Amino acid sequence: MNDLLRRILFLPPQASEYARQVDALHYFVILTTMVGAAGVFAAALYFFVRYRRRSDSDVTPHVAPRFVHELLFVGGPLALFVLWFAIGYPQYVRLSLPPKDAMDVYVQGKQWMWKFAYPGGPNAIDTLRVPAGRPVRLLITSRDVIHSFFVPALRVKQDALPGRYTQTWFTADRPGRYEIFCTEYCGLSHSSMLGQLVVMPPAEFDQWIAEQRRGLEVAQDSTPRPGERVLPASSLVDEGRRVAAEQGCLKCHSVDGTRHVGPTWSDLYGRDERLATGKTVQADEAYLTKSMMDPAADVVAGYQNVMPTYQGRLSPPEAAAIVEFIKSLRTSALGAGPSEPPAYESVPARK
Amino acid sequence: MNPSPHASELAEGYAPRNYLNSPATGLASWLDTRDHKRIGVMFLVATTIALMLGGIFALIIRVELLTPGPTVVDAMTYNRLFTLHGVVMIFLFMIPAIPSGFGNFLLPLMLGAKDVAFPRLNLLSFYLYLAGAAVALYGMVHGGADTGWTFYTPYSTTTVTKVVPILLGAFILGFSSILTGLNFIVTTHTMRAPGLTWGRLPLFVWSIYATSVIQILATPVLGMTLLLVAVERAFGWGIFDPARGGDPVLFQHFFWFYSHPAVYIMVLPAMAVISEVVCAFSRKNIFGYKAVAYSSLGIAFVGFFTWGHHLFTSGQSPLTGGVFGILSMFVGIFTAIKVFNWTATLYRGSISFRTPFAYFVGFLFFLVFGGMTGIALATMSLDVHWHDTYFVVAHFHFIMVGATMMAFLAALHYWLPKISGRMYPEGWGLVAAVMVVLGFNFTFIPQFLLGNEGMPRRYYAYPERFWPLNVASTAGASVLAIGLFIVLVYVLVALKWGPIAGPNPWRSRGFEWDTPSPPPPENYETTPVYTHGPHEYDEHAPGVPAGVPPSPEPRHV
Repeated sequence: MNDLLRRILFLPPQASEYARQVDALHYFVILTTMVGAAGVFAAALYFFVRYRRRSDSDVTPHVAPRFVHELLFVGGPLALFVLWFAIGYPQYVRLSLPPKDAMDVYVQGKQWMWKFAYPGGPNAIDTLRVPAGRPVRLLITSRDVIHSFFVPALRVKQDALPGRYTQTWFTADRPGRYEIFCTEYCGLSHSSMLGQLVVMPPAEFDQWIAEQRRGLEVAQDSTPRPGERVLPASSLVDEGRRVAAEQGCLKCHSVDGTRHVGPTWSDLYGRDERLATGKTVQADEAYLTKSMMDPAADVVAGYQNVMPTYQGRLSPPEAAAIVEFIKSLRTSALGAGPSEPPAYESVPARK
Repeated sequence: MNPSPHASELAEGYAPRNYLNSPATGLASWLDTRDHKRIGVMFLVATTIALMLGGIFALIIRVELLTPGPTVVDAMTYNRLFTLHGVVMIFLFMIPAIPSGFGNFLLPLMLGAKDVAFPRLNLLSFYLYLAGAAVALYGMVHGGADTGWTFYTPYSTTTVTKVVPILLGAFILGFSSILTGLNFIVTTHTMRAPGLTWGRLPLFVWSIYATSVIQILATPVLGMTLLLVAVERAFGWGIFDPARGGDPVLFQHFFWFYSHPAVYIMVLPAMAVISEVVCAFSRKNIFGYKAVAYSSLGIAFVGFFTWGHHLFTSGQSPLTGGVFGILSMFVGIFTAIKVFNWTATLYRGSISFRTPFAYFVGFLFFLVFGGMTGIALATMSLDVHWHDTYFVVAHFHFIMVGATMMAFLAALHYWLPKISGRMYPEGWGLVAAVMVVLGFNFTFIPQFLLGNEGMPRRYYAYPERFWPLNVASTAGASVLAIGLFIVLVYVLVALKWGPIAGPNPWRSRGFEWDTPSPPPPENYETTPVYTHGPHEYDEHAPGVPAGVPPSPEPRHV
């Protein structure tokens, strides 16, 4: 049944459980629409025939609705729409809540290619390799204009915005190759900004990424020839440490829990920060990036608004690297329940 | 067919003294007119030219998509073409066509008034339309923007093409829209004939009134937004550019705050026309007058709170998205009320399957499926897959273009006798209607499926698996184009040689038919006094309303 309807509706293959669930809703929506529309058109068709004009001097009675008619006209579609929404909304919410054990991949759109970076390496252009059966979270940004990351086979799409990170996630469960499209018009070669998602069996993926990283290490450990420029390490964490030192971040932010001009980065990621405005915000990728680009927007309670903006001074990959560096400064276990109170409040000095 | 046009001028039923020949017939008398009917006709001519221009762009786009790779134009030209297609069709055809064209002609007639409240302002809004169109056309000829009609930043502020003239053109066109809306609101409030209470207003007026409210409330936001983009381009202010501290998504909020209600600026007038046509051709009172009237206001109101459904994949919070999703569905509820009431109007009617009614059937089809796919898109998780694919393209063409074009054609055939005093050929009318409705379906049903398959919009080249459906879509567009061309030819012929229609060929009880066709410059020789609502066809219904002597001079004579 699923396969038949999928073919009738020209839907692409379903590479995840989520895709199958969205398609189930799709079938339900199409079928109920068809039934409802058939009802309206059957009634109209019956009226066309039954009440066709017989003479030019036809006189028609005055027909007025009763309240119950209008109630049915509102209630019928409302019930149907609410039912659709009740199925579709939880799916949409789930798409915005990646599981805590998801593997992160940084996605950067630029005119007209996709760049994928795995924390710890490697980087890739236009080909995203992921393991089957494991949740993958994509942290998406753009280097120039707005792009949109779309994998039809996963029924997943997320805009790539310059200057900020958005996220989406999936668990692909069918190894294979799937298309990646850019779906936000981005200029001359918009239609050739294509990529490929390669879903690999988990063991194969582990082997692949281990080989890639070994290759990186070899490249990093080899002695540079005289005059050769030493390439920065491809591990995002190392890159982030380097950029943070270069840009002077560490002059105000400690990495060991010490209170300084700015909040410490130690255990910052995932923490609930109380802001000067009294609101509380979770320090996720979006918050961290925003704090670099627009530091005055969400000042943490107890700190002065003194940080300059890094808008235009940090490129998106550099911002991503810093975020990844901050994430590496977690002392607690990965994703262990609710976040702890800020370290600099409960622990004044060293942890 | 009447063989001799000159003899037919004198034939019975053609008002000898009408707005077409008095006070004068020269070109200058048209360009300097204050007569709402002449301004309406000028708008109809101008918007029809815009429709042809936009249609030619559409055909080139469809031919280009006939093969997966390059076909007839290069990528840059293609990107400009779909931008111009959108700009011309939306700003130059769909937004002004029904309200400024038919609305101008009919609103005072339906109110028993001599003209709109501000006749000079009315003429100004036509000239603003021409000025806006001229500036936009200048931009198209010299460079032509490649941003899409949505002008999303930061692409629109960084592209090398000339975006500013087109932005300014749309800005000026906005003033035309605002002034027309203002005029209609004041006219409806202050110039109704004696006895014409709000409960007796024709449904056309209710819907045009709701449209006017949107026009004056939403259009200024578009104007400001487009100016901000122009300023960012010209002076490098970082309003929307994140590299200079701006916010690109802010533009999307501003833009859709106007442009989503703008969809209802296009669809509500279509609903206005259909409410009149369904009554006239089934000789029945509308089933639920109040429900249809108030649902127009409901759409206008809720339409302001749905813009966020264009941003489901832009990273807005799920809660915000959910609220916008639910609010969007309310528009569907108001639309469903209308659909059910129109269908129920047919019950116990006397249905005459003339050309305008054929377009009503097409309209109903496009509105139901365009509307239902809209609700499906508001079902969040489905939108994530469909967003910015051909499914969305097909959806908004069904609801905006399908519904609006069907209503425009229904209006053209229904009111042609009123406007010109002459009749179109019924046989050709039905043939063309069938071609237009089928052609439209064959163009856009494949696009729904392309969207399901995952083909993104605004693609110059596409993977080969999308090929067959694109060929089908182009074939459908050809049928549609031929259908529309037939309409153009026989309407032009009918304007000159069509048989004399008489004052009320449809025996309609719409108020605008109580005056001769074509109407005299002052609309009514005596001010009508209304004692009943529109479209009363039962045996107790009164005939043409009694008149009282007109009070002051008509303003435009």
